[in-house]
Amino acid sequence: MRLGVLFSGGKDSLFACWKAMQHEEVACLITVVSKNPESYMFHTPNIHLVGLQAEAARLPLVEVGTAGEKEVELLDLSRAILEARERFGIEGVVTGAILSVYQAARIQRICRELDLWCFNPLWHADQEAYMEELIDAGFRVIIAGVFSCPFDASWLGREIDRRTLDELREAARRYRITITGEGGEFETFVTDAPFFSRRIAIEEASKVYRNYSGLLRIERARLVEK
Amino acid sequence: MILVIDLCYRGDSLSRDEFVGPVVRHLRGAGSSPAVRHYTAIGTHDFEVADGVILCGTALKDRGFMENPGRFRWFHAFERPVLGISSGMLALAAAFGGDIEPCSGIGMTDLRVIAPDPLFAGRETFAAYELHDFAVRVLDGFIPLAVSDRCVQAIRHRSLPLYGVLFHPEVRNEWIIERFAGLVESAGASIPGDP
Repeated sequence: MRLGVLFSGGKDSLFACWKAMQHEEVACLITVVSKNPESYMFHTPNIHLVGLQAEAARLPLVEVGTAGEKEVELLDLSRAILEARERFGIEGVVTGAILSVYQAARIQRICRELDLWCFNPLWHADQEAYMEELIDAGFRVIIAGVFSCPFDASWLGREIDRRTLDELREAARRYRITITGEGGEFETFVTDAPFFSRRIAIEEASKVYRNYSGLLRIERARLVEK
Repeated sequence: MILVIDLCYRGDSLSRDEFVGPVVRHLRGAGSSPAVRHYTAIGTHDFEVADGVILCGTALKDRGFMENPGRFRWFHAFERPVLGISSGMLALAAAFGGDIEPCSGIGMTDLRVIAPDPLFAGRETFAAYELHDFAVRVLDGFIPLAVSDRCVQAIRHRSLPLYGVLFHPEVRNEWIIERFAGLVESAGASIPGDP
């Protein structure tokens, strides 16, 4: 089955892509670029680098812009998926949804309208096991946005390795947050994945941070040999 | 042991983690030891050793499991608890000659419990996650247990411990999976001579 993966550049969409590749054919990546940082559906930090990730994965990218207004952005998502169906003949869509019924239900409805299969390989997965598998499989993931206590500026740009995972576990216990960031506590950016032909080297980045809310803005990055 | 039946479009499919994985995880959390089989690869032995069965859901476009309803005739003679989830409910209905009708539901919906049953005891209403394009017409020999505004959401056989739920209890209603595991355990304990 030829599939399009909804792609934000964060760990969940890339991991879902990798899962899909183990069972079916990923024909393209699909990204909706939101101008609204509060977007209900679409993750925004460093979305401008999805093109570089798609190049690393050697996959074509269907990119559509949205003003990011609630519900209207769903029409833009629908437009992006339709374009992927027309250009790449996809028969289904893959998402990285883990717990969000809001997100999953809306994508399911779009797929139904467009007569496409819908796959959510991370749906209600064991979050600990997922994070372990992510690291074991060779994904390199950095924290690119923080949006809740206890994530201070020092977390921005940190790679999620075993040590960071231990700290995330501890934070999850103490502050009742998810270790995957599914509750919007933090956002990620993937610099390497098992299916990348080259990895992403970040050459210049800046931090914007205030009161447990901040972003790592990647200003300059390029592909390098692994 | 609870036999968990994967109804997805093929064994080890991309849908398996989505529809079978969470059910297995909740069963383990409830202290059960599930064994997963794809519906095309179940042997007589699997039923012989199973104390109960759960039939998991599928993707909306996945209807291959409906092509041969005769495959699910074992329901009639199984006599131990069975829970059909969403597509699993459709398979259960098909095995008893029931009809399905188009009825689409995606997302959260409010349910009303309309008949007393241990599975929903103490709950009059609750919100549930649904993902279906069809619903079961009420079947001869089955009682409707819960409904939403648009369709029957849960049924039980009048004399056999067979349940069907149209919604997905593994999403936000894990307590139903845990209760079903409890029903399986108590049914096993009440069989004379059963170890």
